[in-house]
Amino acid sequence: MNLLNFLSNTIVPLLLFYIVGFGLLMKQNIYDDFLTGAKDGMKTVAGILPTLIGLMIGVGILRASGFLDFFCGTCLSWTKHIGIPAELMSLAVVKIFSSSAATGLLLDLYKEHGCDSFLGMAASLMLSSTETIFYTVSIYFMSVKIKKTRFTLPGALLATLAGIAASIWLARMYAM
Amino acid sequence: MEIGKNRIVVNSLEIMVMLNYLWGFMILMGVAYGAVNGTLPEVTEAAVNSSKEAVTLAITMLGVMSFWTGMMKVAENSGIVEAAAKKLKPLLRFLFPGIPANHPATHYIAVNFIANMLGLGWAATPAGLKAMSALKELQQSRGVGEGPEKGTASNEMCVFLILNISSLQLIPMNIVAYRSQYGSVSPAAVIAPGLIATAISTAVAIVFCKLVGSRQVDRRPKI
Repeated sequence: MNLLNFLSNTIVPLLLFYIVGFGLLMKQNIYDDFLTGAKDGMKTVAGILPTLIGLMIGVGILRASGFLDFFCGTCLSWTKHIGIPAELMSLAVVKIFSSSAATGLLLDLYKEHGCDSFLGMAASLMLSSTETIFYTVSIYFMSVKIKKTRFTLPGALLATLAGIAASIWLARMYAM
Repeated sequence: MEIGKNRIVVNSLEIMVMLNYLWGFMILMGVAYGAVNGTLPEVTEAAVNSSKEAVTLAITMLGVMSFWTGMMKVAENSGIVEAAAKKLKPLLRFLFPGIPANHPATHYIAVNFIANMLGLGWAATPAGLKAMSALKELQQSRGVGEGPEKGTASNEMCVFLILNISSLQLIPMNIVAYRSQYGSVSPAAVIAPGLIATAISTAVAIVFCKLVGSRQVDRRPKI
């Protein structure tokens, strides 16, 4: 556990050192490159702001009305028997379709349970280790007019399930 | 690429339609449930507060994501992506034994994987689409994918997408940013376990592809 925390806290600085050092070694205008990239990043964030507002309002309304509690408590209570809390189950299902809607749920979960709780950690890990399956599959396959995707979806779903299981397992370790 | 871009537009429209219903459901359900439950004042408050909160969050994200994409641009321009893509080649030969040596598809797949690992979405998607069209050409050069098999994915396409979806991102900087905004004691604590979770899902994807992919003969897919 200490080793993991040590890694978490040192990877980014080491990476920064490596990237900047390598860039200087290659005689790049690293500061200009940084500014160009940062500008792209700003544009990306500004571009997703409307999506973020829309989906956070959606999740916020569902939470305030009491529907989320009702839904997780009643409709998804059976998921406890397979070891997945209802909140994580709904997050996993939404993430398959939409990354930004999943982000809305993630932030709601942070507010309700805290980032460092078991649920907060598990949800963070789940969103880090899974992709939006249907979005990716449709973009890539449509670009080459493929309709029969054969074993892509079973494989993608299996990998996603493995990511979810690993996230819950790792979060349990942290919560202890 | 121009043609590919148009198709992305068409496709994101389909995704938007899906989100259209999801979002509509969220709003209608929230208001309807609030009316029944007597929580309409809270619903009003939530709508106002959530929109304010989204902007607050975006300000944090603006800083963290600009920092990160700036750093990654430095990495990309100094050739780290290309160098890492070269190092990936032996692994790709193992994952895609059907792609001939020096076929352009290998290069695009490598660039896509590395860009995904670094979280460079803007570099990953174009390389990924080029990889798909190179794989399509490879499929046609084998004399497969026409007639009744038209529109059927090749083994390589399936493996490429499964690995892509298994999530390759090494450092989830956006999640770190969300956590720091929502008061985590240690926002970066997610990095190492995230790495393990990603490694596990990718390992499962590789095993699946090896088991299933080797059993399916590409030349005559079952229809």
